[in-house]
Amino acid sequence: MLDSDQIFPPIKPLMDATEAHYESSRCLFCYNAPCVQACPTSIDIPLFIRQISTGNTLGAAKTIYTANYLGNTCAKVCPTEVLCEGACVYSKANIRALDIGRLQNFATHNAIENNHFFFSVQKAKDKKIAVIGAGPAGISCACQLREEGYQVDIYEARKNASGLALHGIAPYKLTNQEALMEIEYLQTQFGFSIIYNSPIETRVDLEILESRYDAIFLGVGMGRSAEIKIQGEEKTNCVGAVEFIERMKIGDVLKPFPKKVIVLGGGNTAMDAASESARLGAEKVILAYRRSQDQMKAFAFEYELAKTFGVVGMFNLAPIEILGNNRVGGIRFIRTETVNGKLLNIPNSELVLDCDLIIKATGQLKHTALFQNIPGLLIDPTGKVQIDPVTGHTTNPLYFAGGDAVNGGAEVVNAVAEGKLAAKGIIQFLSK
Amino acid sequence: MANLEINFAGIKSPNPFWLASGPPTNSGYQIMKAFDQGWGGAVWKTMGIPVVNVSSRYGAVNLGANRMVGFSNIELITDRRLSDNLREMEEVKKHFPDHAVIASLMVQTQKEWHQIVQDVQNAGADGIELNFGCPHGMCERGMGSAVGQEPAVLETITRWVMEVAKVPVIVKLTPNITDITEPAQAAARAGANAISLINTVQSLVGVDIDNFVAYPVVDGLGTNGGYCGPAVKPIALNMVRNCAQHPLINLPISGIGGIENWRDAVEFLLLGASSVQVCTAVMHYGFGIIREMTAGLDQYMYSHNFASVGQFVGKALPNIKPWEELNLSYSVKASINQEKCIGCQLCYAACDDGAHQAIDLDMDANNRIPRINEENCVGCNLCSLVCPVEDCITMIRKDNGSNPITWKQRTASNNIPTTFDDPLAGGLSHKVRQPLDGLRKE
Repeated sequence: MLDSDQIFPPIKPLMDATEAHYESSRCLFCYNAPCVQACPTSIDIPLFIRQISTGNTLGAAKTIYTANYLGNTCAKVCPTEVLCEGACVYSKANIRALDIGRLQNFATHNAIENNHFFFSVQKAKDKKIAVIGAGPAGISCACQLREEGYQVDIYEARKNASGLALHGIAPYKLTNQEALMEIEYLQTQFGFSIIYNSPIETRVDLEILESRYDAIFLGVGMGRSAEIKIQGEEKTNCVGAVEFIERMKIGDVLKPFPKKVIVLGGGNTAMDAASESARLGAEKVILAYRRSQDQMKAFAFEYELAKTFGVVGMFNLAPIEILGNNRVGGIRFIRTETVNGKLLNIPNSELVLDCDLIIKATGQLKHTALFQNIPGLLIDPTGKVQIDPVTGHTTNPLYFAGGDAVNGGAEVVNAVAEGKLAAKGIIQFLSK
Repeated sequence: MANLEINFAGIKSPNPFWLASGPPTNSGYQIMKAFDQGWGGAVWKTMGIPVVNVSSRYGAVNLGANRMVGFSNIELITDRRLSDNLREMEEVKKHFPDHAVIASLMVQTQKEWHQIVQDVQNAGADGIELNFGCPHGMCERGMGSAVGQEPAVLETITRWVMEVAKVPVIVKLTPNITDITEPAQAAARAGANAISLINTVQSLVGVDIDNFVAYPVVDGLGTNGGYCGPAVKPIALNMVRNCAQHPLINLPISGIGGIENWRDAVEFLLLGASSVQVCTAVMHYGFGIIREMTAGLDQYMYSHNFASVGQFVGKALPNIKPWEELNLSYSVKASINQEKCIGCQLCYAACDDGAHQAIDLDMDANNRIPRINEENCVGCNLCSLVCPVEDCITMIRKDNGSNPITWKQRTASNNIPTTFDDPLAGGLSHKVRQPLDGLRKE
């Protein structure tokens, strides 16, 4: 494992009781509070903050967990700046928004660390549900089902639960230890079983599940990094961002770490990969995006964070060839411009940037092969599983879905909300 | 710098800010330090037969991020020997001949009173304060508030003191009484030169809910204490003005109760106090707060063109009347500044749940700026009080001021409701929603 605290000090460190006291006392207790409306899991934020300020920290954790089973993970990884904290009315008066994420961490961390449980499982029901994928969507779905007494087995391809929360979240937001602590905390309360190292891929795999379970939840997330399909992509040290981050999080880092890194992409994963490269010791990290800065999909605060780590952004640069012998030596780019909404290459504007590591953060593949093995499962043209937005039901009656496989890659908190929603859909379906 | 000097019943002081009798005036060391930092006077911690105190003496009320908005103590009068206090008092007076040193006293018999009054006068005290207010520990022994609550006893003891007093005598009053003006009148009858108020309010400051005992806890037990700090200021203000307005009292008043900044002090002065005393704020922040107090008072006097403190003592008194003399035709309505509103909707919750349902939300949930329903607005101020934004909700006068009428006048002209279903009921002018409308609002 990496000594994460040294290389990646947490950007939202745990509050102590004094800070929590003063911070929580600032909350106005808004009516029909905008922060709640901005939360995909509708946590009653003014309530839990008021509970912290009145010395009922356990009650605060219960409020959080009742709305969001991954209350601690979300407290740390949520882009609160654009969700709850972004909606805080204080910002309209140019007063710093409530530090909601860190208050949520304060309450939930306390509950986890002291083994305070808030849930009990109802009387066992005879229906069984298989959950594919132990990421945030699958875990959330499983917790809700178990709370109601359904039997749940989670099939996980990897050797650990948490999905992207473990493998894909930047370590300065959430350490692996923290992610796994919450899974363990939930598993102790809800008693779902996780069958590790069990990828579900083939028609045969699916048929076994279909014969054994009354419903199946697809929480498979996204696949490996997409290729950019340019010459030289096969060279050593040209890696996908998802794979790079996953390996880094288990401490598998290139040694010595490359000096010049170019990250291709403009999303939040690109920001993470760039920030992490800088923290891991790269002397120069360039974030190269083929469109303009304004068109980056990353949250503005993520780019700002990357810049504080020394990352340099270069825009309107499209990679056309990866240079080097067997190893990466540089990238040939061409400058681009947007004309009438179309991205065009500017002729004769090529340039070469040297580097010894390329991280491709230009999107992830969908689990298309798996989806094609499910009869009648409707997939949209971009590869996302189609569901009834109220029940999470797919077009195959046995299957429900939620999380990145459905939304194409959103936040952990969205996956948690969707997993819970689908669980309710499953319960409704099985109760008929 | 404005002239902040005062002459309080003959006691001269470089400014009206005195330390009240209490822990900050327990020793010459503390009073020297305070004078050095700018305090104008100090009322020495009550002297008498020295006491024995308990350990664990204070408790506080905290409110959100604010500590000690209320404060309670079960400490008694001085536990130091009189001779030590007198020696130190002489030394303080030597260093600060122009500052006010007032000796707070509490003893029982006439003989004791005569002796101790003469002792502190010999030590150089500029004045004497009679502690008839302490509501815990001493009152059970027939002293403190036990005296302050019995005007006749208060009068007798004050007369004993006046028999030997050569310096001004201030009678300190307890608020633990229904009508503060009764003991104040007794003090006046006895010939006292001034009164000071309020002493602490008898209280239980809080309960340890896990160990089932009141704070402060002394080996598993609690007892009632004396409450003070910012939370008691409104009670003190009202008692000060009651005494100041009373035609039979006519004594200089030293205002005490929750004063912690210049603004608090000015409020007391405007209600008729001509000096103020501070204790809890010093126990919270130290003597250094005097810098803010004198600077604030100076700025206030400069901005109002007051040449001396005396020019505004009691200046608010003519504007404080019985309720029945208030103008019933005066009408204000709330107004929300759209630019400043941050959309917390606390005003809506407060008005809909705690007042008169005169604030509506927009049908479009994205517009979080509430609207005032002027028809229902009774002008109670609640929304403007809960609003967290400065000057966002203001109260605008709507009547034209042409027909002022008071309850007193309406009573005189038989124009008031007198029956249970009287058509003159004031509430008939605004709509009250039906009980069933209260269901499923959230």
